[in-house]
Amino acid sequence: MSRTLSFKLAINEALDLEMRRDPSVILLGEDIVGGSGSPGEMDAWGGVLGVTKGLYGKHGNRLMDTPLSESAYIGAAIGAAACGMRPVAELMFLDFMGVCFDQILNQAAKFRYMFGGKAKTPVVIRAMVGAGFRAAAQHSQMLTPMFTHVPGLKVVCPSNAYDAKGLLIQSIRDDDPVIFCEHKNLYASEADVPAEPYAIPFGEANVVRDGRDVTIVSYGLTVHRALEAAQTLSKRSGIEAEVIDLRTLSPIDWDTVIESVENTGRLVVVDEANPRCSIATDVAAYVAQQAFGALKAAPQMVTAPHTPVPFSPALEDLYIPSADAIAAAVLKTHPQALAA
Amino acid sequence: MTDTRIKPIVMPKWGLSMAEGKVTGWLKPEGTAIAIGDEIVEVETDKIAGVVEAGDAGVLRRTLGTPGTVYPVKALIGVLADADVPDAEIDAFVAAFAVPEEAGAGEEAAGPRYEFVDTPAGRLRYARRGEGEKTVVLVHGFGGDLDNWLFNIDALAGAATVYALDLPGHGQSDKAVGEANLAFLSGALIAFMDALAIPRAHLVGHSMGGAVASASALEHPERVASLALIGSAGLGPEINSGYTDGFVAAGSRRDMKPVLEQLFHDPGTVTRQLIEDILKYKRLDGVDSALTALSANLFPAERQTHVLADRLKQTDAPILVVWGETDRVIPAAHAGALEGRATVEVLPGAGHMVQMEKSGRVNELLLDHLKR
Repeated sequence: MSRTLSFKLAINEALDLEMRRDPSVILLGEDIVGGSGSPGEMDAWGGVLGVTKGLYGKHGNRLMDTPLSESAYIGAAIGAAACGMRPVAELMFLDFMGVCFDQILNQAAKFRYMFGGKAKTPVVIRAMVGAGFRAAAQHSQMLTPMFTHVPGLKVVCPSNAYDAKGLLIQSIRDDDPVIFCEHKNLYASEADVPAEPYAIPFGEANVVRDGRDVTIVSYGLTVHRALEAAQTLSKRSGIEAEVIDLRTLSPIDWDTVIESVENTGRLVVVDEANPRCSIATDVAAYVAQQAFGALKAAPQMVTAPHTPVPFSPALEDLYIPSADAIAAAVLKTHPQALAA
Repeated sequence: MTDTRIKPIVMPKWGLSMAEGKVTGWLKPEGTAIAIGDEIVEVETDKIAGVVEAGDAGVLRRTLGTPGTVYPVKALIGVLADADVPDAEIDAFVAAFAVPEEAGAGEEAAGPRYEFVDTPAGRLRYARRGEGEKTVVLVHGFGGDLDNWLFNIDALAGAATVYALDLPGHGQSDKAVGEANLAFLSGALIAFMDALAIPRAHLVGHSMGGAVASASALEHPERVASLALIGSAGLGPEINSGYTDGFVAAGSRRDMKPVLEQLFHDPGTVTRQLIEDILKYKRLDGVDSALTALSANLFPAERQTHVLADRLKQTDAPILVVWGETDRVIPAAHAGALEGRATVEVLPGAGHMVQMEKSGRVNELLLDHLKR
């Protein structure tokens, strides 16, 4: 049965269904149950924005409120995964990875390789990403490229509620560590979501709009900005953009990107991360190398500027790639349309 | 609008969710004489590409829908009229034409698009249309769902109470398929009829659904008023396992597209949204094991396990057999298996999904069949 569900509730439902299906699935994080842990406050919080609210009532002690020590509980989750559990740890804001990065970079990402395939680490680290929430420079970053850089990690960043549920279920069932990035400004967005469990395979991009004139590649929140730009371009300039939602950044679906650019001859990559060594540079470089002959114009990148996320609301709004900026980048790949 | 010599061609409404459609091209130029059932204009929705067939005869006097443009349902996209109607009258008709108020809101309010019923074979989803005395049950094929009847259910609803169900393991019904054999599926169909208190129905089956309907007619002849078998399984031994195995194996858009293209005479019918809808179904827990088991039991290695034609010849209920001439899943030659016993129609320019590709003609055949 399918019905409309928010991104936030889709994540809650994925966690609930997998906990019901598999007793080795456990949740750890700060305030994911009830804050102080006293009986009267159990299930009061459900995490900083309430994503896990209600799960303690259903699954009891399989949810654990942890001390304010990311290095301790992310390490505990990774260790539990190596010992046969399937923990889902909530890191709250991905910005906090600085204090637990050794556990992720040198432990979780390396176990399978260094133990010759004899160890697996089926841990999921859920964390909020992205700007636009008026949460300032330490709670707003899009740090996806820092994780795609590391072999051994899988990196997921859904753009809608349907994908969020299916990708989180796949993440929990996957035997490798997965960094699951949730854009906080998508939590209220709704989509048709089946009530049953389903898994979306990794490395399968979603073509969310067909077009013949230019390929726009993006992920997360900016997929919606890209679609907005595509509609404007279609009306104003007659340019039909194909919009690709990568869904997973490691592994990444190169075939869908290359196939599309071979048809359109033009590429615009939209990435909310900072511009240097980002998903945008990665996709642009790969396409330039693999599909150089198909390109009719230089690939364009639309990213955040190389600055911290500003706390000023006016500046923060300018920080995130806008539909206008994306449309302008598309026009740069169409010099004739720009001249006209 | 009282001038019956002038007939509007409007944007069709294919299924409840369709609100608008894009004209993609005219198949006949202005001035062509059109007969009922002629294919006039191609239309694409977010679900599927299709063809508008003429519901009236006349000369195609105006092609108003511009290719590439999206129009709301029931918007005027062309005009048919006799050759002697003056141009001025046609222009006046076009100028005066008003798109009827959106009836969709009322339809939505009248009841949900889909309903569910609990049966011994699990929870089954179905759609119900019409209020006729006769009852029709539409049974989709392997990997399909009740939306395979998108272009048929409303046309039949004028003449009967029409049900379309999702078989177990399919659509939004429960995914458990028991022994995963024909007996389980036909038992589920009878259980569905029991649960909805349908004593007797005209069964319309497509592909594997045709075999399910046939098996039900053989086991429970008192429950089956007639059979309509469309591109049906159960009438001959051959089947293209490349299709069934490919459908089971495909997990990505790229793998699924060439598989689905085998279903249609015109591969262009397969839109991105159609592929995405099928992938969404295939990702549900339990679907992979249900389809794998059904395919292994019913269609192993290019062969159908059940050939029911000889037994069907011994039954009494009227049978209609319809096939698409270029069917690449089950060969159209199987249409001959009931020659003499059944009314048989093989339609050119259609593949396995003949009820979608030639919906106008198939609906006509079904309505005639129901009268018998």
